[in-house]
Formats: sequence, structure tokens, C-alpha cells
Amino acid sequence: MTDNRAKPLLSVRDLHAWYGESHALHGVSLDVAEGETVTLLGRNGVGKTTTLRAIMGIIRKRKGAIAFDGRDLMQMPLHRTAHAGLGFVPEERGIFATLSVDENLLLPPIVSPGGMGVEEIFDLFPNLKERRNSQGTKLSGGEQQMLAIARMLRTGVKLLLLDEPTEGLAPVIVERIGEVLATLKARGMTILLVEQNFRFASRIADRFYLMEHGRIATEFPAAELEERMEVLHEVIGV
Amino acid sequence: MTMIFGIPIQALLGQLLVGLINGSFYAMLSLGLAIIFGLLRVINFAHGAQYMLGAFVGYLLLAHLGIGYWPALILAPLIVGLFGMVVEKLALSRLYDVDPLYGLLFTFGLALVLEGAFRYFFGVSGQSYTPPPQLSGGTNLGFMFLPNYRGWVVVASLVICLGTWLLIEKTKLGAYLRAATENPTLVQAFGVNVPLLLTLTYGIGSALAGLAGIMAAPVYQVSPLMGSNLIIVVFAVVVVGGMGSILGAIVTGYMLGLAEGLTKVFYPEASNIVIFVIMAIVLLVRPAGLFGKDA
Repeated sequence: MTDNRAKPLLSVRDLHAWYGESHALHGVSLDVAEGETVTLLGRNGVGKTTTLRAIMGIIRKRKGAIAFDGRDLMQMPLHRTAHAGLGFVPEERGIFATLSVDENLLLPPIVSPGGMGVEEIFDLFPNLKERRNSQGTKLSGGEQQMLAIARMLRTGVKLLLLDEPTEGLAPVIVERIGEVLATLKARGMTILLVEQNFRFASRIADRFYLMEHGRIATEFPAAELEERMEVLHEVIGV
Repeated sequence: MTMIFGIPIQALLGQLLVGLINGSFYAMLSLGLAIIFGLLRVINFAHGAQYMLGAFVGYLLLAHLGIGYWPALILAPLIVGLFGMVVEKLALSRLYDVDPLYGLLFTFGLALVLEGAFRYFFGVSGQSYTPPPQLSGGTNLGFMFLPNYRGWVVVASLVICLGTWLLIEKTKLGAYLRAATENPTLVQAFGVNVPLLLTLTYGIGSALAGLAGIMAAPVYQVSPLMGSNLIIVVFAVVVVGGMGSILGAIVTGYMLGLAEGLTKVFYPEASNIVIFVIMAIVLLVRPAGLFGKDA
């Protein structure tokens, strides 16, 4: 793991971000190496979601440096970021009500070759196949989450930004999403995950960043999760 | 003579046909307004002026270049659509981040400028535009006499409305449009050039107005004020149908045209206000409109 950290795929330096006048990120710095799965931990409101949204470029009021695959993301308009190779799965899932499951799945444009085929995606998510003609928002919460992940897999993005994919889902669905992410990881997908569920995150994450007050407080490898559990529970309060 | 409720059937059918013709234009115009409002959240007050522009493009092509109705049917919407795209790119797109009121005020101003300019050059008296020879004359349907051009307008507008609806419901471009109407930021984060989509959408909406304009040229007089006379009714149609509802705009357009026609038969004095009475009732009973989603 140390050698891939030499050349990070995503490198964020001293990132600041604002919602209007409210200063939400106070200098976040983090790296994600190619093929690595990194999890951002932290209490609600410390800026985890904001970090993902600022990296993606959804929050435009930002300062600092973001490099991805050798390219500067700071100057890039929002609709170019995906083409650089970033896929975003928002916390609210963002399934479109006026689109069928199929249309939702096929909506994001292919940004580079090497994405999964539709059949391959349906093998991974068989229940989506059964419901491909349903209205997107008629799916259950778990199915919507799977659709939100599934539709990024076709596009050939290199990095998935996943915001709390297990939030509010039944354990058996969380299990299933864990399997899917493990499969993606095995295929070489790089993942930056925001997650409150340690148990879930510990199964796939290589490294953790703990966020406090809009910046990174500590960083540690997955192997140290067990021994830090008590402190983490205290800091995060979950 | 056959009578229905004391009205000769010829008169009834005649007015229903007039209603259907008016309804065809209401439907095409409110469809464009609904598409623009759905994605851009702009109430396009320039829609009537763009309709007028379409009619004038047809008229000028014929008067100065000898280009007839059929090529104008393609050229007029194209020119008005391109004009709309330029307007969106240069002006409207700068107003998305400020209060929606500014978009409304801008398009309202644009309508006044366009109408003023055409009134300066052409005066308020209308110019006539003869229907193409293929569609002149009429057909005796047995129960009534149907001018061919009017039959064409009804059929063509149905095809245009259906085609536009299919474009939005069944194509990839339509899926982008629907998705961006729901959540433009996320669609853009997926890598879709949403600013371009907005320009295109305003262009398509304007082109529909221009197409309605050239089709209206042989039916009504080509005059600088033809748009402002119609647009108030069309806004009422959009409100009754439900703001931003594509299907609502189409169905309500034809329905209100027919309602107007029927009123002319049974109580002509009310024919000018019947649409607004319906609008008031719908707003009281179902504020989101007949086809709108409740907020």
C-alpha cells in the first residue's frame, strides 16, 4: 500500500469551501491512491459531504488545490469533472422520478472506455433488472441506492465518491452493498467513501481520515481501526 | 335543418372547428412555454413576440425573396429558434443565479422591444399571407365546409405536439431534459453540459413559437400585435394545465380552444372571458393545475 501512495490518483491540498457566507471547510488535505478505498469519518456537520461536493465541483465557492489523475480540477466546469473520471453518488441518491429505472441507469454519459456493460451491471444488481421499466422513485430505498451506484459503473469513471451509501438501509441491504463495493474494489475501482457505519467501512476501507471542524484531524490505516474504536466512538458519538 | 339545443348543427360544428384551430395554436404555444418553464424556470413573456416573429419571417421571405410557405415552414422556426438561442446565451443565461423575476422582466422587455420595432417598420395594420396553392380551397364534408388550410393546421399541430411529446418522453435528449428539470446540478455532475441543454431548450421552445407563427400567418393577419393578443390566453392555458406540465399544456390547449368555440355558440358574449373564468375556477379548486403535481 505504501508504494501506491507515492503517486495519488486524487490529491487535495488545503481545500476551503463556503456555503454562501458560511465557511464550511477549513483546509482539508487528503490523498487517495489508485485502487485504494478511503473512508472519511466524523460527526454530522464536520464537512464530510461538503468535502465530496467540493471535490466534485458542485460547490463552486472553494479555494485550495485538487488534482486528479494529473489534472487540475479547480478550474474545471462542473460538467467536465465527470469526464476527468469522477463519479458522484449523492447522499440523497438523486434518483429521477420522471425517468424509468432503465433511463436512470443510462442517463450518465460514458466518460471513458472500460466501464461495465448493462448486462454485467444487472448481474451485480439482479433486482434492478426485474424493475427496469418501473419509475425510478418507485424503488425501495435499498434499490434506489443500488441504482445510484449502478449508474456510475457504466460510465468508466476511475474514482467513486460515495456519500453514506448505507444510511437508513436494512442490514441485509447494507450487506449486499458491502459485497458490491468489495467487487468493485477487486476490479480496481478507487473509492472515497463517507460513512458512519464503522463495521461496514472496516470491511472495505484501506485507510481512514477522521474529520473535525472542517479539517482532517487524523489519518490511520485500516489495521488500526480496532484499537482506535473506543476513541472514535467518543469523538463521533455513534 | 338539424338542431342541437336550438342551435343549427352547422353553426355548432363551424364554431367547434374555429375552436379547434385556436386550440391548435394554444397547444403549440403553451407547449413551448411549458418546456421552457420546466427546465429554465423562466416565464417566457417573449413567447408571443417569437410567434409574431415566426409569422413575419414567413411574410418577409415571401415578400422579399420569393420563398414560399413550405420552405418557410422549416426556415421560420429555424431562424426564430436560433434567435432564441442567441438571446439565451447572451442574456437569459446571466440571470439564472438571480431572482426568477429578472428572467420574466427581461423576456417582457424583449417582447416590448420586438413588437415596438416591428410596429415602427410595418405599422399595426396586418399584412395578409395567402395559403399555399396546395392548401387553398376547401372540402365539403357533407355536414360542413372545411377550408383545406384549416384542416392542415389542425392535423399539423397534432403531429407537432405529439412529436414534441415523444421527443421528451422517449429519447435520450428528452431524458436529459426531464432529469435536468428535476435536478440540474446532479445531471451536470454526471457530465452533461447543462448550460448547453438550457440554450437548446430555449431554442426549441422559441422554434415552436416561430412554427406556430408561420402556420398562423395564413389564418390570422400578420401583424406586430398578433402575439400579444394571443399570449395572455396562452398563459391562462399553461396555468390551467399546470405550470411545466408538457401533456397538460397540449391537452389543455385544445380543450380550452374548444371551450371557447362552444361558448361562442351558446353565449357569444362570454367567449372572450370563458378561458379566464375556467382559469379562476381551476386555481381555486386545484391550484397546481389540472395536470400539475401538487407542490
